[in-house]
Amino acid sequence: MIREFGSVDVIYLIASARWTVLLALTAMVGGGLLGVIVAVLRVAPFKPFNWLAIGYINLIQGTPLLGQLFVFFFGLPLIGLSVDAWTAAALSLSIYASAFFGEIWRGSLQSVSQRQWEAGAALGLTYSQRLGHVVLPQAIRISIAPTVGFLVQLVKNTSLTALIGFVELTRASQIISGATFAPLPVYLTAAAIYFVICFSLSQLARMLERRLHVAR
Amino acid sequence: MSYNFKFDVLLRYLPEIAHGVLLTLQFSIVTMVFGLAIGLVVAIAAISPLTPIRLAARAYVEAIRNTPLLVQLFIVFFGLPSIGIRLDANTAALIALSINMGAYGAEILRAGFEAVRPSQIEAGRSLGLTAGQTFRHVVLFQAVKSIYPALASQFVLIMLTTSVVSSIGATELFHQAAFIDSRTYRSFETYTLITVSYLVLTLGFRAFFAAIYWAVFVRRPRR
Repeated sequence: MIREFGSVDVIYLIASARWTVLLALTAMVGGGLLGVIVAVLRVAPFKPFNWLAIGYINLIQGTPLLGQLFVFFFGLPLIGLSVDAWTAAALSLSIYASAFFGEIWRGSLQSVSQRQWEAGAALGLTYSQRLGHVVLPQAIRISIAPTVGFLVQLVKNTSLTALIGFVELTRASQIISGATFAPLPVYLTAAAIYFVICFSLSQLARMLERRLHVAR
Repeated sequence: MSYNFKFDVLLRYLPEIAHGVLLTLQFSIVTMVFGLAIGLVVAIAAISPLTPIRLAARAYVEAIRNTPLLVQLFIVFFGLPSIGIRLDANTAALIALSINMGAYGAEILRAGFEAVRPSQIEAGRSLGLTAGQTFRHVVLFQAVKSIYPALASQFVLIMLTTSVVSSIGATELFHQAAFIDSRTYRSFETYTLITVSYLVLTLGFRAFFAAIYWAVFVRRPRR
């Protein structure tokens, strides 16, 4: 039976956005951990590591996320892992995020002036002291704004997991749209919910960037 | 694990894949052109002296950049028919992609305008160039040079993004994957092959754009 699109549906959509947020957070943590490895391999003073990281980044950034999702969704069962849509979504978004985090953090590390390293050495600090007390604190400050900025992309890209059947905000909208036959209000509501999440993150990134410039 | 990977059954579908590549390129190029046209209007509107126009440009850019393309696509394809605008999948896809690209194009072009310092225009004029000549020889070249890398990577990004429009049945490369999958039941192999095709396209275009950059901006005949 077809029913009217009402406040119950809006509440359902808002509730289903928790899966969007949860997926983005999972990808942020998973991608963050992997991303650190990518960034380290990318700057390590050992060429084969650099090539490996560059190859990985090119592979992920050079293919559509949708393709990665499908490859994981259909590929993981072949190596004996029974995967539901959530696992495939979380895994491929984490890998996707790791390539971007890796590049962002590499850039942040390298944007700390070489003189900072030299100054640390001149003060008699060891390599790990220079990294931990001199370079990293500055690199992390530089990286915060672009990292938050990328989270906007991540939240938006969780919508693609609807296409492998993971029920998050976009998939929920499709379901509600099918039940109410009111696609326009449904998708506009979904867009509004995404906007609230992403715009807050964008503004946060902008604010952090401004604050960073003042601190310099 | 006892799965037999069979990529060879896909060989028969190489013509379909080649056709998909052409369609994807077509989508990407048209999106780029329309998107930049919209972006130009929006970038000019964003520096308009009239506040409502400025605000409208700002709102457009923020609304597009902070919502997923997939939802924008659904609004155009599934939502608009309920207010009497019925579009076929390819048209809806092109409209959604162009509107989406417009917001990013506006930002790229704004950066291009800002990259040319006013003193460059003054220098051109004081050398006796007309306003048109100054624009052509001084402003345009520098502006294009400064936004070229962003445009090139945006093109590759669009190419990858167009895969999303297969979800409403628009015909492009990723759509071919669904077709081949339905014929062969070799989902993993099919999607791997299609995904790798995108990688080949990406790497090819990056090299192509780098070569053009080198030919036009680096190894430049003195004028």
